[in-house]
Amino acid sequence: MTMHVSADSSGPIVETRNLCKRFGERTAVDGLDLRVEPGVCYGLLGPNGAGKTTTLRMVYGVTRPTSGSVHVFGLDIAEHRRDVRARLGVTLQDSVLIEQLSPEDNLRVFGRFHLLAEPELSKRVDELIDFLHLGSHRDAPVKTLSGGFQRRLAIALSLMNRPELLVLDEPTTGLDPAVRLALWASVRELREAGTTVLLTTHYMDEAERLCDVVGIVADGKLIAEGAPRELIDRHLAPETVEFDCSPADEVGLLDGFAAPTHRLRSGNRLIFHLSDAATLVEHIHGRDGEPHRRLVVRPTTLEDLFLSLTGATLEGGA
Amino acid sequence: MSVSPRYSLAVWHRNATMYGRTWKWNILPNFFEPVFYLAAVGVGVGAYIQEMGGMSYLEFLAPGLVCVAAMNGASYEATYNVFVRMTFEKAYDAMLTTPVEPDDVLAGETLWAMTRSAIYGGCFFLILVLVGLAPLPTSLLAIPAMLLTGLLFASIGIAFSLYIETIDLFSFYFTLFLTPLFLFSDVFFPLEERLSPTLQWVAELLPLLHPVRLSRMAFRGDISPGLALWDVTYVLVFSAILLAFARRQAFRRLTS
Repeated sequence: MTMHVSADSSGPIVETRNLCKRFGERTAVDGLDLRVEPGVCYGLLGPNGAGKTTTLRMVYGVTRPTSGSVHVFGLDIAEHRRDVRARLGVTLQDSVLIEQLSPEDNLRVFGRFHLLAEPELSKRVDELIDFLHLGSHRDAPVKTLSGGFQRRLAIALSLMNRPELLVLDEPTTGLDPAVRLALWASVRELREAGTTVLLTTHYMDEAERLCDVVGIVADGKLIAEGAPRELIDRHLAPETVEFDCSPADEVGLLDGFAAPTHRLRSGNRLIFHLSDAATLVEHIHGRDGEPHRRLVVRPTTLEDLFLSLTGATLEGGA
Repeated sequence: MSVSPRYSLAVWHRNATMYGRTWKWNILPNFFEPVFYLAAVGVGVGAYIQEMGGMSYLEFLAPGLVCVAAMNGASYEATYNVFVRMTFEKAYDAMLTTPVEPDDVLAGETLWAMTRSAIYGGCFFLILVLVGLAPLPTSLLAIPAMLLTGLLFASIGIAFSLYIETIDLFSFYFTLFLTPLFLFSDVFFPLEERLSPTLQWVAELLPLLHPVRLSRMAFRGDISPGLALWDVTYVLVFSAILLAFARRQAFRRLTS
């Protein structure tokens, strides 16, 4: 039965408290406190195996937590699984399309899981085919369609019930850059229309472009949370200088440079994060022999932040 | 218990949509398979048999083969198709992102396997009517027996599919379970004439025996109430136990 259980609309859309999930000996999610405010695009970042997918599955009420609680739309998921899922949409990482059927049939089948009936069903199917530009192949079997087209269809399925919360698990993994751009545009459009978005990704550029708030997860724990720029400023510094330098050369080259920096070494590569890159560039040029070594000056990214926070270096060690 | 008829029907509808796109290719083999048995064994071997169980061999064979057709229909669906939907197509993972719950998945799949079973059994029954081997109207009572066969083998198949980890085990299911049932469940010869009393008790454990016996009573138009009640009870209780097991397995596999 679809009862409409309304809850306090001013609170967070998703709130988890001390959420834990263990699979036997392995702890996948370890005391996660997550808050997603209405209208926000929230990105859960982390390497493969960090517990992102398990967290999402607990948010939409499929995986049962070992301990802790999940509230969505202010409703306890343990009590209101059907009601909550009637109001959210999920795009899974794996393709769940029915390959033998056309996009239109896939949409129709999925609409019935939300109890949509004619004429509402046909109307919604047409709207979604329009919104995600699926019209060119609406009657072709899904297995004949490109990966990008299939992913758009997968997102269309999750929008069937006009969700207030859209959950996207690795939405652009394996897609080419043009398709990724188009998908990002669709997600932005939805967010502007008021949909709250919770996504996972291990692409830091995706998070930076799409998310208002990111939460960085490692080993099932939230280790940092905030707006991407603000997080970078808080934990690192806005500018980055990168260059090749052997450990032996480093001492001489940087001797006397006093400004505070965050330093990361990966083999022969040295990376500095600091507030004013020009001072370091000048310092190095003053001490470096001819020809000057090549310095890369760029803005600090979430990728840098991620490496610095998780302790994982580019060498892959901890 | 959180099974909802409307969501279960949505699950059923998914499979029906798929079937609707391919039924022309699916339905032909359904027609032929039991017809071949009827022709080869019934007409061919039957020519050397005066009578069996008090009737012509074709008459003896026909009601059992209706149940065999229904058993096969339910089994193909409840084994390979359920397993593929669960593990390769991730169909259940997709359903569980909507208000559909694991119990609805189980109910919808059981109902669909019964539907396929009824299509298989129904096709064959129709052929029997056309060639005059199904006396009307008495043999119409074989239709409930056919539906019970569907429920029974949907339950067994789905329970097995939700239990096993690899698809290879289905070859055991078909060759070591369904094939002996097919051969030793009163379909081809009357068990009561060939088995010792002790073995007859053992034979009562065989699932297919019960719907076959019900179907034969219907075709003969002579129903012994006590035996029919036992057969129906067996099918319902056996199915209920397996579905309860399947429900636990579905929860374990779909919500981890």
